[in-house]
Amino acid sequence: MLRNRIAGHILALVATVLLGGLLSATLVRLAPGFDVDEQQLDPHLSSASVEALRAARVQDHNILRFYVSYMNRLAHGDLGTSLSLSQPVRTLLRDRAPTTVRLLLLGLAMAWAAALSLALSAARLRLAGYDAAGTLLSGTLLCLPAAVLALLSVLWNVPGSLAIALIVFPHVYRYARNLLAKSYTLPHIVTARAKGLSEARILFWHVLPGVAPQLLAIGGVSISMAIGAAIPVEALCGVAGIGQLAWQAALARDLPLLVNLTVLVTLVTLLANSGADVIGQMIRGQEL
Amino acid sequence: MNLWQKLACAFLVVVVCAAAGANWLAPIGYAKQDREAISAEPSRAHWLGTDELGRDRFARVLYGTRISLLLAPAAALLSTLMAALIGGLSGYLGGIWAKGAMAMTDLFMSLPWLFLLITARALMPLNVSPLFSVVVTFLLLGLLGWSTAARVLCTAAGSLRSSDFVRQARASGVRGARLFWIHVLPNMKPVLYAQFWISIPVFILTEANLGVLGLGVSEPMPSWGSLLRELEGLVSLGEEPWKFVSLALLVVVVMSFQLLLSRQEEIAF
Repeated sequence: MLRNRIAGHILALVATVLLGGLLSATLVRLAPGFDVDEQQLDPHLSSASVEALRAARVQDHNILRFYVSYMNRLAHGDLGTSLSLSQPVRTLLRDRAPTTVRLLLLGLAMAWAAALSLALSAARLRLAGYDAAGTLLSGTLLCLPAAVLALLSVLWNVPGSLAIALIVFPHVYRYARNLLAKSYTLPHIVTARAKGLSEARILFWHVLPGVAPQLLAIGGVSISMAIGAAIPVEALCGVAGIGQLAWQAALARDLPLLVNLTVLVTLVTLLANSGADVIGQMIRGQEL
Repeated sequence: MNLWQKLACAFLVVVVCAAAGANWLAPIGYAKQDREAISAEPSRAHWLGTDELGRDRFARVLYGTRISLLLAPAAALLSTLMAALIGGLSGYLGGIWAKGAMAMTDLFMSLPWLFLLITARALMPLNVSPLFSVVVTFLLLGLLGWSTAARVLCTAAGSLRSSDFVRQARASGVRGARLFWIHVLPNMKPVLYAQFWISIPVFILTEANLGVLGLGVSEPMPSWGSLLRELEGLVSLGEEPWKFVSLALLVVVVMSFQLLLSRQEEIAF
């Protein structure tokens, strides 16, 4: 059963990445100015060279052929060259990925630690004032654009990972609080408490195993959220990562770089969501 | 409606009226430069001071509010209609149609929303007229923001398809488009309204993000996103607090929408 589910996830992942790549390649092909190369404007080039440049672009006119040749190059590890930065895309991604991974991991860790501890205490204490304060804080953060949080982090001279944490925190907090509050009112938890079990035992033996699959599901979504937030945070905080690269590529209309980033981000997001789903399934299977 | 929701509704009405009456409240206009008052502090002539080009900030906030509040609902309407068409229809048809629609929503949802928008926006020319940039920005929001709503509507239409009254209508000989328009679609209205209301604050915030990154509405036309770019040059919070007016307005408007949204969700689900 689980094996089938994993196989299904892998199949869906491959299909979605291929489709995402095709979608990006199609958008690139249809974008205005696709078959114009800036080099053609170079007055030093002879008419034969300009003609050769034009001929090189003609073979990409057919979307399917363009996509097949792109996938073929991708299969051989050739991600192309960035038009704006004049560097191989592979090198750019390899150099910048560690920075983004570090930023995301730190931001996600802070967001989850804060959200879970606040949600747990709100669900456990059930104090109206405490709950209202948590709701107000998360509600206010939800109403702030990610870019503004990034600007404020620059203003206050705090690391960009804190901005990521503040963007992810309200989503995780609200979901976890509702989940835990509901869990604490379940009959078997009330019975456990009536029998005199310690709070720690109730939490780790009865509450957390019950809500773990749902929390894992929001875990996958939070990774996607953090990747999205990395663009404004890295761009505005001056962090040289993948998010800043995406922003620069967008401003410079660097299409080869954008297509590769699209495929990469789709892959990471899908892996996170599928991973969370499979682990959640395993936990449910153990419970059964 | 509770007290907070009534307050939120009243606030939104005031903001919408002020934005609609921008021509009368700020006759100076959003692009008129006062070269004698560059980056001026608030005064009787300029209630919220001027920006670095000498343009009246109060006028820009009002006109920016008008653009954001007019086009975010328009984009929400477009995305809800697309969601109804793709999600609602495929859910009603079921089988391979529903599976196809779900696969399509999976594809769109697997990409972070802001990343998808930035990629799509980059494919459009960046040096376009301000009006065209407004249309492109909000059109993209509408065209790319349908996936989550389509998923919800697909499920809602799927459950309606197997409901008793639809079965009875089918047994009475009602078929195809008539069954969808007369019996399924009207019963999806609460979900459609909820999805419409959910999309508005999301689109307002996304336009703000795009604007701060320089990929939103072009100068000199103001929007909340482009107005927030002013915060980039600030050194401290207390330095020029009037620059935070557009941010405060955006936060309170989005909060008001969120408060009203909870009522819409109560009705829909």
